[in-house]
Amino acid sequence: MLDGVRKLGRQTIDGVWRLGVAMRFFMLTLLHSGICLRRPQLVIREIFTAGVLSLIIIVISGLFVGMVLGLQGYETLQKYGSESALGSLVALSLVRELGPVLAALLFASRAGSAITAEIGLMKATEQIAAMEMMAVDPIARVVAPRFWGALISMPLLAAMFSAMGIFGGYLVGVVLIGVDEGSFWSQMQAAVDFRQDILNGVFKSGVFGVAVTVIALFEGYAAPPTAEGVSRATTRTVVTSSLAILALDFVLTAFMFRGA
Amino acid sequence: MERTTLDLWVGLFVLAGIGALVFLALKVGNVGAFDTNKTYAITANFNNIGGLKVKAPVKSAGVVVGRVAEIRFNTADYEAEVVLNIGSVYKFPKDTSAAIMTSGLLGEQYIALEAGADDKMLAQGDTLKITQGAVVLENLIGQFIYGKSGEAGKSAAPAQ
Repeated sequence: MLDGVRKLGRQTIDGVWRLGVAMRFFMLTLLHSGICLRRPQLVIREIFTAGVLSLIIIVISGLFVGMVLGLQGYETLQKYGSESALGSLVALSLVRELGPVLAALLFASRAGSAITAEIGLMKATEQIAAMEMMAVDPIARVVAPRFWGALISMPLLAAMFSAMGIFGGYLVGVVLIGVDEGSFWSQMQAAVDFRQDILNGVFKSGVFGVAVTVIALFEGYAAPPTAEGVSRATTRTVVTSSLAILALDFVLTAFMFRGA
Repeated sequence: MERTTLDLWVGLFVLAGIGALVFLALKVGNVGAFDTNKTYAITANFNNIGGLKVKAPVKSAGVVVGRVAEIRFNTADYEAEVVLNIGSVYKFPKDTSAAIMTSGLLGEQYIALEAGADDKMLAQGDTLKITQGAVVLENLIGQFIYGKSGEAGKSAAPAQ
Protein backbone atom coordinates (compact mmCIF):
# COMPACT_ATOMS: atom_id res chain seq x y z
CA MET A 1 0.00 0.00 0.00
CA LEU A 2 2.62 2.50 1.10
CA ASP A 3 4.81 1.16 -1.67
CA GLY A 4 2.10 1.91 -4.21
CA VAL A 5 1.74 5.51 -3.01
CA ARG A 6 5.50 5.93 -3.08
CA LYS A 7 5.64 4.59 -6.65
CA LEU A 8 2.84 6.89 -7.78
CA GLY A 9 4.61 9.88 -6.27
CA ARG A 10 7.90 8.95 -7.90
CA GLN A 11 6.25 8.51 -11.28
CA THR A 12 4.46 11.86 -11.00
CA ILE A 13 7.63 13.72 -10.08
CA ASP A 14 9.48 11.87 -12.82
CA GLY A 15 6.81 12.86 -15.35
CA VAL A 16 6.94 16.54 -14.41
CA TRP A 17 10.72 16.38 -14.51
CA ARG A 18 10.71 14.92 -18.00
CA LEU A 19 8.23 17.57 -19.13
CA GLY A 20 10.54 20.29 -17.86
CA VAL A 21 13.57 18.76 -19.56
CA ALA A 22 11.57 18.37 -22.77
CA MET A 23 10.62 22.06 -22.70
CA ARG A 24 14.26 23.06 -22.14
CA PHE A 25 15.23 20.75 -25.01
CA PHE A 26 12.61 22.41 -27.24
CA MET A 27 13.92 25.89 -26.39
CA LEU A 28 17.50 24.75 -27.08
CA THR A 29 16.37 23.39 -30.45
CA LEU A 30 14.79 26.73 -31.37
CA LEU A 31 17.90 28.55 -30.18
CA HIS A 32 20.16 26.42 -32.39
CA SER A 33 17.95 26.66 -35.47
CA GLY A 34 20.22 29.18 -37.17
CA ILE A 35 22.15 26.37 -38.82
CA CYS A 36 19.06 25.51 -40.88
CA LEU A 37 19.33 28.85 -42.68
CA ARG A 38 23.07 28.58 -43.17
CA ARG A 39 22.93 24.98 -44.42
CA PRO A 40 19.46 24.39 -45.97
CA GLN A 41 20.73 21.11 -47.43
CA LEU A 42 20.40 19.57 -43.95
CA VAL A 43 16.72 20.51 -43.74
CA ILE A 44 16.01 19.33 -47.29
CA ARG A 45 17.41 15.91 -46.40
CA GLU A 46 15.06 15.73 -43.41
CA ILE A 47 12.05 16.88 -45.45
CA PHE A 48 12.87 13.95 -47.70
CA THR A 49 13.02 11.37 -44.90
CA ALA A 50 10.06 12.74 -42.94
CA GLY A 51 7.84 14.08 -45.69
CA VAL A 52 8.51 12.42 -49.03
CA LEU A 53 8.81 8.94 -47.55
CA SER A 54 5.50 9.40 -45.66
CA LEU A 55 3.79 10.47 -48.87
CA ILE A 56 2.52 7.06 -50.00
CA ILE A 57 0.89 6.10 -46.71
CA ILE A 58 -0.69 9.57 -46.40
CA VAL A 59 -2.06 9.64 -49.94
CA ILE A 60 -3.47 6.11 -49.84
CA SER A 61 -4.98 6.49 -46.35
CA GLY A 62 -6.50 9.82 -47.36
CA LEU A 63 -8.09 8.28 -50.42
CA PHE A 64 -9.62 5.41 -48.46
CA VAL A 65 -10.82 7.60 -45.58
CA GLY A 66 -12.53 9.87 -48.11
CA MET A 67 -14.12 6.89 -49.86
CA VAL A 68 -15.45 5.51 -46.57
CA LEU A 69 -16.78 8.96 -45.65
CA GLY A 70 -18.52 9.11 -49.01
CA LEU A 71 -20.18 5.72 -48.52
CA GLN A 72 -21.19 6.22 -44.90
CA GLY A 73 -22.25 9.82 -45.41
CA TYR A 74 -24.43 8.84 -48.35
CA GLU A 75 -26.08 6.03 -46.36
CA THR A 76 -27.08 8.45 -43.60
CA LEU A 77 -27.88 11.51 -45.71
CA GLN A 78 -30.13 9.71 -48.17
CA LYS A 79 -32.48 8.85 -45.29
CA TYR A 80 -33.22 12.57 -45.07
CA GLY A 81 -33.23 13.06 -48.80
CA SER A 82 -30.28 15.42 -48.63
CA GLU A 83 -27.57 13.42 -50.36
CA SER A 84 -26.54 16.60 -52.16
CA ALA A 85 -25.01 17.71 -48.84
CA LEU A 86 -22.49 14.87 -49.19
CA GLY A 87 -19.86 17.23 -50.56
CA SER A 88 -20.00 19.58 -47.60
CA LEU A 89 -20.03 16.66 -45.14
CA VAL A 90 -16.93 15.06 -46.66
CA ALA A 91 -15.06 18.35 -47.07
CA LEU A 92 -15.84 19.79 -43.65
CA SER A 93 -15.01 16.64 -41.70
CA LEU A 94 -11.75 16.21 -43.62
CA VAL A 95 -10.55 19.80 -43.62
CA ARG A 96 -11.47 20.52 -40.01
CA GLU A 97 -10.69 17.27 -38.22
CA LEU A 98 -9.79 14.11 -40.05
CA GLY A 99 -7.15 15.60 -42.32
CA PRO A 100 -4.92 17.16 -39.66
CA VAL A 101 -5.55 14.50 -36.98
CA LEU A 102 -5.19 11.34 -39.07
CA ALA A 103 -2.26 12.72 -41.03
CA ALA A 104 -0.55 13.58 -37.73
CA LEU A 105 -1.24 10.12 -36.27
CA LEU A 106 0.17 8.45 -39.38
CA PHE A 107 3.09 10.87 -39.36
CA ALA A 108 3.82 10.03 -35.70
CA SER A 109 3.96 6.31 -36.40
CA ARG A 110 5.77 6.60 -39.74
CA ALA A 111 8.23 9.46 -39.26
CA GLY A 112 8.18 10.10 -35.50
CA SER A 113 9.20 6.56 -34.60
CA ALA A 114 11.94 6.65 -37.24
CA ILE A 115 13.34 9.88 -35.78
CA THR A 116 13.39 8.43 -32.25
CA ALA A 117 15.03 5.19 -33.35
CA GLU A 118 17.62 7.03 -35.41
CA ILE A 119 18.64 9.45 -32.68
CA GLY A 120 18.48 6.72 -30.02
CA LEU A 121 20.79 4.55 -32.07
CA MET A 122 23.12 7.47 -32.74
CA LYS A 123 23.35 7.85 -29.01
CA ALA A 124 23.78 4.10 -28.37
CA THR A 125 26.61 3.89 -30.91
CA GLU A 126 28.18 7.02 -29.37
CA GLN A 127 27.93 9.13 -32.51
CA ILE A 128 26.43 11.95 -30.45
CA ALA A 129 29.30 11.77 -27.96
CA ALA A 130 31.76 11.77 -30.89
CA MET A 131 30.20 14.96 -32.26
CA GLU A 132 30.55 16.64 -28.89
CA MET A 133 34.20 15.57 -28.84
CA MET A 134 34.68 17.29 -32.21
CA ALA A 135 33.03 20.44 -30.84
CA VAL A 136 30.02 19.93 -33.13
CA ASP A 137 26.83 20.76 -31.29
CA PRO A 138 24.57 17.72 -31.78
CA ILE A 139 21.46 19.80 -31.12
CA ALA A 140 22.32 22.12 -33.99
CA ARG A 141 23.64 19.41 -36.31
CA VAL A 142 21.21 16.54 -35.63
CA VAL A 143 18.13 17.80 -33.80
CA ALA A 144 17.30 21.20 -35.29
CA PRO A 145 17.24 20.13 -38.99
CA ARG A 146 14.96 17.20 -38.13
CA PHE A 147 12.66 19.50 -36.22
CA TRP A 148 12.28 21.98 -39.08
CA GLY A 149 12.10 19.31 -41.75
CA ALA A 150 9.24 17.55 -39.98
CA LEU A 151 7.53 20.83 -39.13
CA ILE A 152 7.54 21.92 -42.78
CA SER A 153 6.33 18.52 -43.97
CA MET A 154 3.40 18.16 -41.59
CA PRO A 155 0.97 20.85 -42.92
CA LEU A 156 1.78 19.84 -46.49
CA LEU A 157 1.01 16.20 -45.72
CA ALA A 158 -2.23 17.15 -43.96
CA ALA A 159 -3.31 19.26 -46.94
CA MET A 160 -2.57 16.35 -49.28
CA PHE A 161 -4.52 14.01 -47.00
CA SER A 162 -7.56 16.31 -47.10
CA ALA A 163 -7.31 16.82 -50.85
CA MET A 164 -7.01 13.09 -51.51
CA GLY A 165 -9.88 12.42 -49.10
CA ILE A 166 -12.16 14.85 -50.92
CA PHE A 167 -11.16 13.23 -54.19
CA GLY A 168 -12.01 9.81 -52.67
CA GLY A 169 -15.38 11.11 -51.50
CA TYR A 170 -15.97 12.46 -55.00
CA LEU A 171 -15.07 9.10 -56.55
CA VAL A 172 -17.50 7.17 -54.38
CA GLY A 173 -20.24 9.81 -54.12
CA VAL A 174 -20.38 11.16 -57.65
CA VAL A 175 -18.73 8.59 -59.91
CA LEU A 176 -19.89 5.41 -58.18
CA ILE A 177 -23.21 6.26 -56.49
CA GLY A 178 -24.26 9.09 -58.76
CA VAL A 179 -24.83 12.11 -56.51
CA ASP A 180 -25.23 15.18 -58.69
CA GLU A 181 -21.78 16.56 -59.44
CA GLY A 182 -22.82 20.22 -59.48
CA SER A 183 -24.53 20.15 -56.10
CA PHE A 184 -21.66 18.09 -54.63
CA TRP A 185 -19.14 20.84 -55.38
CA SER A 186 -21.40 23.86 -54.91
CA GLN A 187 -22.68 22.74 -51.49
CA MET A 188 -19.08 22.07 -50.51
CA GLN A 189 -18.01 25.54 -51.61
CA ALA A 190 -20.92 27.14 -49.78
CA ALA A 191 -20.08 25.31 -46.56
CA VAL A 192 -16.29 25.54 -46.43
CA ASP A 193 -14.81 28.88 -45.46
CA PHE A 194 -11.20 29.57 -46.37
CA ARG A 195 -10.13 31.26 -43.16
CA GLN A 196 -12.45 29.49 -40.73
CA ASP A 197 -11.93 25.96 -41.97
CA ILE A 198 -8.92 25.60 -44.24
CA LEU A 199 -6.46 27.93 -42.52
CA ASN A 200 -7.51 26.62 -39.11
CA GLY A 201 -6.85 23.09 -40.38
CA VAL A 202 -3.39 24.12 -41.58
CA PHE A 203 -2.68 25.76 -38.23
CA LYS A 204 -3.84 22.63 -36.42
CA SER A 205 -1.52 20.40 -38.43
CA GLY A 206 1.35 22.80 -37.72
CA VAL A 207 0.73 22.50 -33.97
CA PHE A 208 0.54 18.71 -34.28
CA GLY A 209 3.79 18.79 -36.26
CA VAL A 210 5.56 20.63 -33.43
CA ALA A 211 4.15 18.25 -30.79
CA VAL A 212 5.04 15.04 -32.67
CA THR A 213 8.53 16.16 -33.61
CA VAL A 214 9.46 17.50 -30.18
CA ILE A 215 8.25 14.29 -28.54
CA ALA A 216 10.06 12.11 -31.07
CA LEU A 217 13.31 14.06 -30.84
CA PHE A 218 13.24 14.25 -27.07
CA GLU A 219 12.44 10.56 -26.59
CA GLY A 220 15.30 9.65 -28.90
CA TYR A 221 17.70 12.06 -27.24
CA ALA A 222 16.75 10.96 -23.71
CA ALA A 223 16.66 7.23 -24.49
CA PRO A 224 18.96 4.95 -22.46
CA PRO A 225 21.75 3.96 -24.89
CA THR A 226 20.81 0.29 -25.02
CA ALA A 227 18.84 -1.85 -27.47
CA GLU A 228 16.01 -2.12 -24.97
CA GLY A 229 16.08 1.59 -24.19
CA VAL A 230 15.78 2.55 -27.86
CA SER A 231 12.93 0.11 -28.43
CA ARG A 232 11.06 1.49 -25.41
CA ALA A 233 11.66 5.07 -26.49
CA THR A 234 10.24 4.31 -29.95
CA THR A 235 7.07 2.84 -28.43
CA ARG A 236 6.75 5.80 -26.08
CA THR A 237 7.06 8.23 -28.98
CA VAL A 238 4.12 6.69 -30.81
CA VAL A 239 1.96 6.40 -27.68
CA THR A 240 2.73 9.83 -26.25
CA SER A 241 2.47 11.72 -29.50
CA SER A 242 -0.82 10.02 -30.42
CA LEU A 243 -2.28 11.02 -27.06
CA ALA A 244 -0.84 14.52 -27.39
CA ILE A 245 -2.38 14.91 -30.87
CA LEU A 246 -5.84 13.87 -29.70
CA ALA A 247 -5.72 16.02 -26.56
CA LEU A 248 -4.38 19.06 -28.44
CA ASP A 249 -7.04 18.54 -31.10
CA PHE A 250 -9.76 18.86 -28.48
CA VAL A 251 -8.25 22.05 -27.07
CA LEU A 252 -7.69 23.62 -30.50
CA THR A 253 -11.16 22.68 -31.72
CA ALA A 254 -12.71 24.21 -28.61
CA PHE A 255 -10.84 27.45 -29.35
CA MET A 256 -11.46 27.57 -33.10
CA PHE A 257 -14.99 26.39 -33.68
CA ARG A 258 -16.81 27.38 -30.52
CA GLY A 259 -20.02 29.15 -31.38
CA ALA A 260 -19.28 28.98 -35.08
CA MET B 1 25.79 24.00 -54.96
CA GLU B 2 25.45 20.61 -56.66
CA ARG B 3 21.99 19.25 -57.29
CA THR B 4 20.90 15.78 -56.22
CA THR B 5 17.86 13.64 -56.98
CA LEU B 6 16.90 14.14 -53.34
CA ASP B 7 16.37 17.83 -54.02
CA LEU B 8 14.10 16.94 -56.92
CA TRP B 9 11.96 14.72 -54.71
CA VAL B 10 11.70 17.36 -52.01
CA GLY B 11 10.80 19.95 -54.64
CA LEU B 12 8.05 17.69 -56.00
CA PHE B 13 6.80 17.05 -52.47
CA VAL B 14 6.57 20.75 -51.63
CA LEU B 15 4.88 21.46 -54.97
CA ALA B 16 2.34 18.70 -54.35
CA GLY B 17 1.64 20.05 -50.87
CA ILE B 18 1.12 23.59 -52.13
CA GLY B 19 -0.97 22.19 -54.96
CA ALA B 20 -3.20 20.44 -52.42
CA LEU B 21 -3.58 23.70 -50.48
CA VAL B 22 -4.48 25.61 -53.65
CA PHE B 23 -7.00 22.89 -54.52
CA LEU B 24 -8.55 23.20 -51.06
CA ALA B 25 -8.64 26.98 -51.31
CA LEU B 26 -10.07 27.28 -54.81
CA LYS B 27 -12.15 24.18 -55.38
CA VAL B 28 -13.30 23.32 -51.86
CA GLY B 29 -13.51 26.71 -50.21
CA ASN B 30 -14.48 29.57 -52.48
CA VAL B 31 -11.94 32.32 -52.17
CA GLY B 32 -13.03 35.48 -53.91
CA ALA B 33 -16.35 34.27 -55.29
CA PHE B 34 -17.76 37.69 -54.47
CA ASP B 35 -15.03 40.24 -54.49
CA THR B 36 -15.64 42.87 -51.84
CA ASN B 37 -14.77 45.75 -54.14
CA LYS B 38 -17.26 44.61 -56.77
CA THR B 39 -20.29 44.80 -54.52
CA TYR B 40 -22.49 47.53 -53.12
CA ALA B 41 -24.00 47.45 -49.65
CA ILE B 42 -27.66 48.00 -48.91
CA THR B 43 -29.45 47.79 -45.57
CA ALA B 44 -32.73 46.14 -44.69
CA ASN B 45 -34.56 46.25 -41.35
CA PHE B 46 -36.44 43.18 -40.21
CA ASN B 47 -38.68 42.69 -37.19
CA ASN B 48 -37.27 39.17 -36.84
CA ILE B 49 -34.40 37.51 -38.65
CA GLY B 50 -34.95 34.01 -37.26
CA GLY B 51 -31.83 31.95 -37.82
CA LEU B 52 -30.22 34.14 -40.48
CA LYS B 53 -26.43 34.15 -40.31
CA VAL B 54 -23.65 36.31 -41.69
CA LYS B 55 -22.56 35.05 -45.16
CA ALA B 56 -26.01 33.63 -45.85
CA PRO B 57 -26.91 33.97 -49.54
CA VAL B 58 -29.09 36.74 -50.95
CA LYS B 59 -31.15 35.37 -53.80
CA SER B 60 -33.40 36.86 -56.39
CA ALA B 61 -35.55 34.47 -58.42
CA GLY B 62 -33.45 31.72 -56.85
CA VAL B 63 -30.13 33.03 -58.16
CA VAL B 64 -27.47 34.04 -55.65
CA VAL B 65 -26.84 37.76 -56.17
CA GLY B 66 -25.04 38.59 -52.93
CA ARG B 67 -24.31 37.71 -49.34
CA VAL B 68 -25.28 38.93 -45.89
CA ALA B 69 -22.37 41.07 -44.69
CA GLU B 70 -23.42 42.11 -41.22
CA ILE B 71 -26.27 41.68 -38.75
CA ARG B 72 -26.82 44.37 -36.11
CA PHE B 73 -29.48 45.13 -33.54
CA ASN B 74 -30.89 48.62 -33.81
CA THR B 75 -31.77 49.94 -30.34
CA ALA B 76 -33.65 52.95 -31.77
CA ASP B 77 -36.57 50.95 -33.12
CA TYR B 78 -35.69 47.49 -31.74
CA GLU B 79 -35.31 45.92 -35.13
CA ALA B 80 -32.61 43.82 -36.72
CA GLU B 81 -30.48 45.70 -39.23
CA VAL B 82 -29.02 43.47 -41.95
CA VAL B 83 -26.36 44.73 -44.34
CA LEU B 84 -26.39 42.97 -47.72
CA ASN B 85 -23.51 42.96 -50.18
CA ILE B 86 -24.98 42.77 -53.66
CA GLY B 87 -22.83 42.09 -56.72
CA SER B 88 -22.41 45.32 -58.75
CA VAL B 89 -23.62 43.58 -61.91
CA TYR B 90 -27.05 43.15 -60.33
CA LYS B 91 -29.10 46.37 -60.27
CA PHE B 92 -32.39 46.47 -58.40
CA PRO B 93 -35.16 49.13 -58.39
CA LYS B 94 -35.60 51.35 -55.33
CA ASP B 95 -38.84 49.67 -54.24
CA THR B 96 -37.38 46.16 -54.15
CA SER B 97 -38.67 44.11 -51.22
CA ALA B 98 -36.71 41.65 -49.08
CA ALA B 99 -38.00 38.57 -47.27
CA ILE B 100 -36.28 35.94 -45.13
CA MET B 101 -36.98 32.49 -46.50
CA THR B 102 -35.92 28.95 -45.67
CA SER B 103 -34.58 26.65 -48.36
CA GLY B 104 -36.40 23.38 -47.93
CA LEU B 105 -37.98 22.25 -44.69
CA LEU B 106 -34.79 22.10 -42.62
CA GLY B 107 -32.47 24.11 -44.84
CA GLU B 108 -30.52 27.27 -44.17
CA GLN B 109 -32.19 30.67 -44.22
CA TYR B 110 -31.58 33.17 -46.98
CA ILE B 111 -32.83 36.56 -48.08
CA ALA B 112 -35.06 36.68 -51.15
CA LEU B 113 -35.20 39.94 -53.10
CA GLU B 114 -38.33 40.70 -55.10
CA ALA B 115 -37.69 43.42 -57.66
CA GLY B 116 -40.11 46.36 -57.72
CA ALA B 117 -41.05 48.69 -60.57
CA ASP B 118 -39.31 51.96 -59.66
CA ASP B 119 -37.26 53.76 -62.30
CA LYS B 120 -34.46 54.63 -59.89
CA MET B 121 -31.99 51.91 -58.93
CA LEU B 122 -30.64 51.04 -55.50
CA ALA B 123 -27.19 52.39 -54.74
CA GLN B 124 -24.55 51.96 -52.04
CA GLY B 125 -25.97 52.69 -48.58
CA ASP B 126 -29.66 52.61 -49.50
CA THR B 127 -32.25 51.01 -47.24
CA LEU B 128 -34.96 48.62 -48.36
CA LYS B 129 -38.41 49.91 -47.29
CA ILE B 130 -40.52 46.79 -47.70
CA THR B 131 -39.32 43.79 -45.70
CA GLN B 132 -40.80 40.62 -44.35
CA GLY B 133 -39.12 38.91 -41.40
CA ALA B 134 -38.64 35.24 -40.79
CA VAL B 135 -41.64 33.10 -40.01
CA VAL B 136 -41.36 31.86 -36.44
CA LEU B 137 -42.64 28.32 -36.28
CA GLU B 138 -43.76 28.64 -32.65
CA ASN B 139 -45.96 31.67 -33.46
CA LEU B 140 -47.41 29.83 -36.43
CA ILE B 141 -48.30 26.80 -34.29
CA GLY B 142 -49.62 29.11 -31.58
CA GLN B 143 -51.92 30.86 -34.04
CA PHE B 144 -53.07 27.53 -35.40
CA ILE B 145 -53.92 26.18 -31.95
CA TYR B 146 -55.60 29.46 -31.00
CA GLY B 147 -57.69 29.31 -34.13
CA LYS B 148 -58.64 25.69 -33.52
CA SER B 149 -59.66 26.32 -29.91
CA GLY B 150 -61.70 29.32 -31.09
CA GLU B 151 -63.56 27.05 -33.50
CA ALA B 152 -64.10 24.46 -30.80
CA GLY B 153 -65.41 27.17 -28.43
CA LYS B 154 -68.05 28.19 -30.96
CA SER B 155 -69.45 24.73 -31.55
CA ALA B 156 -69.41 23.42 -27.99
CA ALA B 157 -70.33 25.32 -24.83
CA PRO B 158 -67.29 26.20 -22.72
CA ALA B 159 -66.91 23.75 -19.87
CA GLN B 160 -66.82 25.57 -16.56
